Amino acid sequence: MIASTIRKAVIAALWLAFLTFPLMVVKVNTLKDLVEWRWINLAWVLYSGFFASLVWQVLYQYRKTKKADDEDDPSLQGLSLGDRLMVSLKDPYVLVLLFALAYFVGLYPLVSFEFWRWSCKIALAVLAAKLAYKLFLVKKVRSCSAVMKESPLSKPILFAVLGIAVIYFPFSVDSYQVNIMVLALIYVVLGLGLNITVGLAGLLDLGYIAFFAVGAYTYGLLNTHFGLDFWICLPLGGLIGTFFGVLLGLPILRLRGDYLAIVTLGFGMIAHQVLTNWTDVFKGNLGIHKIERPGFFGMEMDLAQATTYTYFLVVLLVIGTIFVTNRLKDSRIGRAWMALREDEIACVAMGIDMARTKLSAYAFGAFWAGTVGVIFAARNTSINPNSFTFLESAIVLSIVVLGGMGSIFGVIIAALVMMLMPEYLRDIGEYRWLVFGAVMVLMMIFRPQGLIANQRRTYKYEGAKGEES
Amino acid sequence: MEKLLDVRGLTMDFGGLRAVDNVSLEINKGEIVALIGPNGAGKTTFFNCTTGIYTPTGGDVVIHPPGEAEVRINGMKPNRITTLGMARTFQNIRLFPAMTVLENVMIGRHCRTSTDIIGAILRGPNTKKQEKETIEKSYALLEKVGLDHLANEFAKNLPYGAQRRLEIARAMATDPFLLLLDEPAAGMNPQETKELDELIVRIAREEGISILLIEHDMKLVMNISERIYVMEYGKLLAYGPPEEIKNNPKVIEAYLGEEAVHA
Ligand SMILES: Nc1ncnc2c1ncn2[C@@H]1O[C@H](COP(=O)(O)OP(=O)(O)O)[C@@H](O)[C@H]1O
Ligand SMILES: [Mg+2]
Repeated sequence: MIASTIRKAVIAALWLAFLTFPLMVVKVNTLKDLVEWRWINLAWVLYSGFFASLVWQVLYQYRKTKKADDEDDPSLQGLSLGDRLMVSLKDPYVLVLLFALAYFVGLYPLVSFEFWRWSCKIALAVLAAKLAYKLFLVKKVRSCSAVMKESPLSKPILFAVLGIAVIYFPFSVDSYQVNIMVLALIYVVLGLGLNITVGLAGLLDLGYIAFFAVGAYTYGLLNTHFGLDFWICLPLGGLIGTFFGVLLGLPILRLRGDYLAIVTLGFGMIAHQVLTNWTDVFKGNLGIHKIERPGFFGMEMDLAQATTYTYFLVVLLVIGTIFVTNRLKDSRIGRAWMALREDEIACVAMGIDMARTKLSAYAFGAFWAGTVGVIFAARNTSINPNSFTFLESAIVLSIVVLGGMGSIFGVIIAALVMMLMPEYLRDIGEYRWLVFGAVMVLMMIFRPQGLIANQRRTYKYEGAKGEES
Repeated sequence: MEKLLDVRGLTMDFGGLRAVDNVSLEINKGEIVALIGPNGAGKTTFFNCTTGIYTPTGGDVVIHPPGEAEVRINGMKPNRITTLGMARTFQNIRLFPAMTVLENVMIGRHCRTSTDIIGAILRGPNTKKQEKETIEKSYALLEKVGLDHLANEFAKNLPYGAQRRLEIARAMATDPFLLLLDEPAAGMNPQETKELDELIVRIAREEGISILLIEHDMKLVMNISERIYVMEYGKLLAYGPPEEIKNNPKVIEAYLGEEAVHA
């Protein structure tokens, strides 16, 4: 077992080194006609590959044998300390931490002493904490959510803290940060909107950003040509988004799975092409400029104030979206959407009108994209087709998938992480997309249900309680 | 006698294959009727044609909802047919796996309720009332099939026999006057089959829902059905009361004979 694990890890490391050899080790200097051999990189690849493979194997093994999430670890109860240690050493997290520690310890000749010392310290501390927890705290602390459910006060307190944080945020940071947060929140709304189409109704949509573009251009065009106010355009953007949702929804009613994905991908592309090439109307790549920011009873606002104002607008929209999605989720309509996702044939055989249900899910998702598109245009004051490419569709879809299909809270977290991470990872430059890709792959392998799995509401039966017991 | 379902000369072709060939069948109010036949005889296809999953190549399917005018339902969408009052279960269980047991049944109430998107968002008194009724009715149905203690489980976590009963409860939630059950006892042990047997009779007697049943379990079929139709190679081989069918030489040869030999 151990020997085969190590053998596999060695093979994986060698293979990785072989694959990356031309890239990592050989460097041709064309000016001096020299070939540089960077052997130190080979050591890095072998060493890191070996440990990565170990971690991978442990996690993979764990995934295969994993049982239901149990609150207490019964295997540890009533064992002596020594036995507990042995059991703990089989715990995947402990193992991974051990590997991490070994990895950092072994880095000694390769990195600066400061870095070495700190990474070792951190790895050791985490490992010690985990082990102590395993050894001395057999009964797990009840999970946060259980405590939340039991205490009647915890919810209002949580909301109060959250509310204060949300209100305080724009005044505690500079307007650049606020502006980024506005964009992140816009993607929260997009994520929640697409969550209806993809997460609840199961209709894969790869061109969702087109509806976002519809909203943005609705405001952009109406404002610059006819001087229409933000507040008039906000509902208009939503309505026109919905209209296009229905329009595009009609031809895809009969499609499913891969076909649906490809057709919606095509819609997204078409939208982008129209925006780019119909220059008379949409001004092509130049885009539309001098769009007004949202007004507040004609008050004069400087840039920072306007940003803060936009921030609160989009916060309100997020709250509205959460509220509405939450209500729909546990309603006749939401259940029909989910049934559609689960099994189309059973769904129609149970009397649900498939065409109507699909259209409503598609159009309702489009509604949010259209609405928030207006805010996007108002935030940027200028828009061009480059904000509405396939990449944006893919990002919104990733938000939904990473957050956990159908789960509102998960989608919010995922949207914030996805949109804020690139900003704060700027230090590592283009590698952030690499990190992003790796995170996606790992998530899909080890937690395919997303960050927060969608939970179904449980109903309490109140009628005829007496007879029951 | 009041005819509920009247199928005349139903024919269904798949390319060159005639899966159902000129089959006629009728069901009267309060009856339990069985449709039997060897595998591949075309029974499930017959169900799919009468419930709108397939549009039959030929023939007429007419239903007479009690107290309403008769309707020819060939080519009608499945959801329309279910709304008219004919519900079904599936041979290969088709539940909504990632929804709870109760929610599965609540889906059956969809066509009898009317909350729209706006209503669901506002959640006014009417919506609340409807939702409450939906929950209560669904729960009562779960009690009837003996699954109320599992109401908040995910449907996919139920054992096989319970899944079959859940499908029946879900179909009953659509308030049907006629229930079509496709091999409801498949994969059940004798004890479960016996309970199912009782359940079906209870549905017919107490709820006044007529039943058309595809089944392989001969004992169950002979016990509870008033009339039996036998299909083979897409054609109707014989029909009549159980006693007659039992002694029909053609049926014995085609179907029961097989059983008799194995028994
Ligand atoms: N969708 C379909 N396409 C083509 N052939 C089908 C289809 N459905 C059923 N058949 C064929 O019709 C015949 C009858 O099948 P079926 O109705 O499932 O039989 P039963 O339910 O009596 O076992 C079989 O030969 C089957 O292969
Ligand atoms: Mg069959």
